[in-house]
Amino acid sequence: MNADPIGVLTGSHYLDGDHSCSEGAIAAGCRFSAGYPITPSTEVVERLASRFPRVGGRFQQFEDELAASIAVLGAVWGGAKAVTVTSGPGFSLMMEHIGLAAITECPVVYINVQRGGPSTGLPTQPAQGDMMQARFGSHGDYRLIALCPNSPQECFDLTLRAFNLAEEYRVPVVVMLDEVVGHMTEKVVIPPADQIEVTPRRYTSKKPGDFKLFEAAEGSLVPEMVKAGDGYRVHVTGLTHDERGYPAMNVVAQDKMVKRQFAKIVENADKIITFEEKNLLGAEAVVVSFGITSRIAEKGMQLAREKGAKVGSFRLITAWPFPEKQIIELSKKVKAFVVPELNMGQMSLEVERLAAGRCRTIPVLHAGGTVHNPEVIAEAILEAVR
Amino acid sequence: MTTGTATKKEKKFRGIVVINHASCKGCAFCVEFCPTKALALEKGFNAKGYHPPYLATPELCNGCDMCGLFCPDFAIFGYREKLEQAA
Amino acid sequence: MSELRENPVNEYLRLDRLPSIWCPGCGIGTTVNCFTRALTESKLDLDKVAIVSGIGCTGRVAGYMNLDSFHTTHGRAIPFATGLKLANPDLKVVVYSGDGDLSAIGGNHLVHAARRNADLLVVCVNNFTYGMTGGQVTPTTPISAVASTTPYGAYEETFNLPNLMDACGAVYVARWTAFHVRQIAKSMGEGLKKKGFRFIEIIAPCPTLYLRRNKLGDGLDEMKYYKEKSVVKNGADTREVGLDYHDKIVVGKFVDRERPTLEEAMDKRFTDVLGAKYVPYTSPGKQPLA
Repeated sequence: MNADPIGVLTGSHYLDGDHSCSEGAIAAGCRFSAGYPITPSTEVVERLASRFPRVGGRFQQFEDELAASIAVLGAVWGGAKAVTVTSGPGFSLMMEHIGLAAITECPVVYINVQRGGPSTGLPTQPAQGDMMQARFGSHGDYRLIALCPNSPQECFDLTLRAFNLAEEYRVPVVVMLDEVVGHMTEKVVIPPADQIEVTPRRYTSKKPGDFKLFEAAEGSLVPEMVKAGDGYRVHVTGLTHDERGYPAMNVVAQDKMVKRQFAKIVENADKIITFEEKNLLGAEAVVVSFGITSRIAEKGMQLAREKGAKVGSFRLITAWPFPEKQIIELSKKVKAFVVPELNMGQMSLEVERLAAGRCRTIPVLHAGGTVHNPEVIAEAILEAVR
Repeated sequence: MTTGTATKKEKKFRGIVVINHASCKGCAFCVEFCPTKALALEKGFNAKGYHPPYLATPELCNGCDMCGLFCPDFAIFGYREKLEQAA
Repeated sequence: MSELRENPVNEYLRLDRLPSIWCPGCGIGTTVNCFTRALTESKLDLDKVAIVSGIGCTGRVAGYMNLDSFHTTHGRAIPFATGLKLANPDLKVVVYSGDGDLSAIGGNHLVHAARRNADLLVVCVNNFTYGMTGGQVTPTTPISAVASTTPYGAYEETFNLPNLMDACGAVYVARWTAFHVRQIAKSMGEGLKKKGFRFIEIIAPCPTLYLRRNKLGDGLDEMKYYKEKSVVKNGADTREVGLDYHDKIVVGKFVDRERPTLEEAMDKRFTDVLGAKYVPYTSPGKQPLA
């Protein structure tokens, strides 16, 4: 269906990444947000707090991130599309409820504007150190979707897509900005509402009594949704549960529940995964990058090409699920992957695992606080093609 | 189901107590807080090894359902049934 | 011979989930009976009543109720419920949880929800201990009472929950014990009718951990003690209703007042400031059945 025109700020704007996320959420039909202030993500909820009363939405600032990250789940079960936004320590506090969202298959969006860590770290400066936390941060085994915009325009596009994916797969989706992308201001084009595709919640057409909240239809891995108040009298629990949602703390129920929840991401990975490839034809080295680092890497590649390097680019737009097939295929064709990232080695581990020794993986690591010097990336590329 | 018949002539109803023996955990709240002391615990056990209650003095039961309000295991309740007018 | 009748609680319960996990003599089930009676009296459309619990023995109440029910994370029932209510204002939202869940790990949410007058009925079953994890000390364990993590007796000052909720601005505050079944049902009925943050504390026996460890007998002994040592003082100054170990228990309805709810305050503010530009939130409509 198309976006609700009430919320869509159609036109060209000069927006920073954080504000662009807010507009992406509104365009997606999000009408509930809960938040707690934390730099450098606060601008997202500040804009929602200002915009929501004018578009029929509700924003509530809570007493902490624990509250904000579960209030959005309550709102989803109440029938709203909902988002919460955080950074650094706030993302750590939200982990428990990302787990709750995963086990209850709650379509919700979390936005994390990454800053330097660990702990309070560098509140106003960038990093990309939460990539593995986004994937594995909550305890137990689950899969979710994580997207990595590298521009304010993509902050709009990917926040919108995050909501659509959340509804499509009944799964929490995390939008992983970094401080630079969050705070850089660029042109953002917001299309007319009738050109914005929005995935509505997949409400069941079954009658109460025939419906099971955690039973996927034949040939599907994603169960349909309901909301509270419609007579389904559902039970939603963070305990391991059966298809009815009843607690079932046994090996069989655990196996069935966890494996289906994995499968709905793993088996739909091709439909979920997006990436951007450039100059791969004849490339001897491929730079795998994401977020702000992908834009610094452009300069690094340019410098390396000036010195004769045949280098291509593979930009992760979906971080999780990871584009495994594509990396495996590339690893058969190139001498090396160069993986610059603002952490001490996270996505580069994934690349190295998939390359499985077929080619080299050269991480270009930076502890964060600023972006890479493009020359360092260029040097790594030159080493890669040597 | 056990039924009690109020014996006093002015009574227009009788109290009835329904007990689900299998659900009872033998806490005896119903026995202790029965306003007319109509209930007692059985000497025997239910399948789970608890002593469920029984209507020991049926004529005392007035069907007030205090047992039902107290029972933490939803195993007992009382109600009142209108008595036919004496022919 | 009479016709066979159903237990009046049955329509409110997920019978296929019973028997409950609660121990013999535990008071939580008794409070559930009272809640079902209050629901009957309220004549509310049960499809529009949602129940939210945290974690722990009382946290299991949601799972036994045949309502839209949410068993959330430890301490976070209130913010979940706040989000649920804000997103779907047609619902009557009840939070049902224990003293540890609501006042320790969830204490921050409890005080802020009361302050902002979130439109929730909060039922706190206070058995003075963490039952599910084996009887540890909670913010309500009376001084000198033994818990598994205070083996020589508790020594911290406790929360006087009615006073805490009163101070935070709750519009309705009552305390009863599990012995006061009729009064609990009445209070819950009043709570269901009223808007804003309503708080009902129910002192209840935990025979397996709190009572046994303190050599206070079984659940029935505790209920008898409630009967003997409770003093009804409606309208009591909440500063005077703190609890000491195995001492008298002041019960009653302490607070009943009016204050704009969170939603009302929000609406008023935006209407005042934005005027015609304010687009009020509308509850997501009932989905059409195919």
